[in-house]
Amino acid sequence: MSTTADTDKLRWERETLEPALRRARERAAAFTTISGRPIDRLYTSDDLEGIDPSKDIAQPGEFPYTRGIHPTGYRGKLWTMRQFAGYGTPEETNKRYKTLLRAGGTGLSVAFDLPTLMGRDPDHPLSLGEVGKCGVNVTSLADMETLFDGIALGEITTSMTINSPAAMIFAMYLVVAERQGAAWTTLSGTIQNDILKEFIAQKEYIFPPRPSMRIITDIFAFCANEVPKWNTVSVSGYHIREAGSTAVQELAFTLRDGLEYVRWGVDAGLDIDDFVPRISFFFNAHSDFFEEIAKYRAARKLWAHAMRDRFGAKNERSWKLRFHSQTAGVSLTAQQPYNNVVRTALQALSAVLGGTNSLHTNSLDEALALPTAETATLALRTQQIIAHESGVANVVDPLGGSYFVEKLTKDMEDGALAYFDTIDRMGGMVEAIERGYPQQEIAESAYRFQQSVERREKIIVGVNDYVETDEPPIEILYIDESAAARQLEKLEALKRSRDNGAVERSLDRLRRAAEGRDNVMPPILDAVRAYATVGEMCDALRQVWGEYEEVPII
Amino acid sequence: MRKLRVVIAKPGLDGHDRGAKVIARALRDAGMEVIYTGLRQTPEQIASAALQEDADVIGLSILSGAHNHIAPRLMELLKEKGLDDVLVVIGGIIPDVDIPRLKAIGVRGVFLPGTPMQQIVDFINANVRTHADSPAR
Repeated sequence: MSTTADTDKLRWERETLEPALRRARERAAAFTTISGRPIDRLYTSDDLEGIDPSKDIAQPGEFPYTRGIHPTGYRGKLWTMRQFAGYGTPEETNKRYKTLLRAGGTGLSVAFDLPTLMGRDPDHPLSLGEVGKCGVNVTSLADMETLFDGIALGEITTSMTINSPAAMIFAMYLVVAERQGAAWTTLSGTIQNDILKEFIAQKEYIFPPRPSMRIITDIFAFCANEVPKWNTVSVSGYHIREAGSTAVQELAFTLRDGLEYVRWGVDAGLDIDDFVPRISFFFNAHSDFFEEIAKYRAARKLWAHAMRDRFGAKNERSWKLRFHSQTAGVSLTAQQPYNNVVRTALQALSAVLGGTNSLHTNSLDEALALPTAETATLALRTQQIIAHESGVANVVDPLGGSYFVEKLTKDMEDGALAYFDTIDRMGGMVEAIERGYPQQEIAESAYRFQQSVERREKIIVGVNDYVETDEPPIEILYIDESAAARQLEKLEALKRSRDNGAVERSLDRLRRAAEGRDNVMPPILDAVRAYATVGEMCDALRQVWGEYEEVPII
Repeated sequence: MRKLRVVIAKPGLDGHDRGAKVIARALRDAGMEVIYTGLRQTPEQIASAALQEDADVIGLSILSGAHNHIAPRLMELLKEKGLDDVLVVIGGIIPDVDIPRLKAIGVRGVFLPGTPMQQIVDFINANVRTHADSPAR
């Protein structure tokens, strides 16, 4: 078969292509993806050499899940439309959540502000000017109670983008649920809790890598017993890509991070099939349509093989990679912002065609500010139009079998495996991070991309071509300092009204657990119930473990 | 002739350093001496770095919305240290309404997403006053 196809492609090149090229040259000497990967003119069946359809592609719901983890695709259930939101005070964000749920959103996703993400209270000097700016400020359990006021945690799923202080924020969520009368065993949702990508890309780390990994394995162990339906880590390529990686680097570093968590869990004595089914993934939905689709398909295949063959997982649920995706914030332009609606729609479509399990679509104004209620609703409508009007959700993996997509899937897989080898040789991802390896790789790619934009090898509409001068400004969400003032007042009032002796005792217990080997979750839950703040709990751990500082490389 | 000395700093709690790193490399490739301070620098640390490094230019990368607090504090400190002649520019996500306010306190350039690196290089060359008072190259 391959010989016939080969011959046919050669014949086509000779008889049809060459005369055409003699008449008119192509637009460029070479074509590449947004990641700089060369793309051939045409893919035919001879590009599938080395790909065994029954083994490598298989069918939906079957190992290695290249075509998806669900036999019925989206014909059973659509992806979860989960819009990431949070700004200002918990009161303001609570209102936004209620708006999103009324508009048909099917899950919540909490964006925290930088002080919360960095484990600093609003009264810390480093919090100056940052409170409520990039997300909602949550200082103590009191804020969490307000954030979910009137929202039944037993009935929705919530994703929380929180990493270094994930254990503290998760504990707050659990206590709010408990007080609403929802049993922990019924709760479902996700904490991002992916510290490795913080060291690699987003840089919101607090503690050094090794104690950071220990908190995560403590959460694995705690959840396996107490909150079995909770997704304990969302291994994130999103931020790696936003930091400038290529698609292959995003795939490789993310999956390799996932393998690192599995290794640490196993080394901590956990049964792989007890905690791996609760590990999920989070990918970027960037602009190069087919490259992205191939990335998602390769991710499922790589994970299935790694879990079954490398780690010996027996449970099928450990083999199935589930992922959330978000359209690429970095692709949004401040220029001609309405163009961003179109970018986002195409990126979202690639995630859907790649089999995403849940999706966030960015708003058109996000290169300028956090989104307004109107633009956030339009972003959600974009997903609803793809789901209900485009017809793409009516058939399982419609691109499966495409010569191009299958070849690109294989190339992505091979590229990721090569990175796995390099990182394995370094001793693992923690060691690779300590050497600055993934950080350096990403910085190189980011710079290369920027140069290709400057040279206009890559065109960004409205930025380096089709530029308009004198654009009228659009209305944006402006977050003033009132949220900071309000959060500071509440913090002072809290410190007056709570039992400060109980807080101190709970923080002592937390320090002792951190010094020894006891699971840190129970003392964190106690501290949360005593209304200890995020800053106080993180400070207790800083005293034991110290803080991480990276060596800046450019 | 002495190379232009540029301190690139990332103040505030935010860790998104793609922009800071890309512009640092671009300025270096354009022949400048670039000192990258790393993450989470306070205005005090940035001003000290500028003094120690004998900087001609300070470039701040701010995406989090904290510019209204960080920039005034830095400008104040620069004045105290007699570094008023250092060219201060900011790159990042800055709402339009804040730009005149930043300019009024002495921030000379504000560069929003999508700005070509060459434009920033040209701006620095056209506006910097080197400490040797040599004309901009």
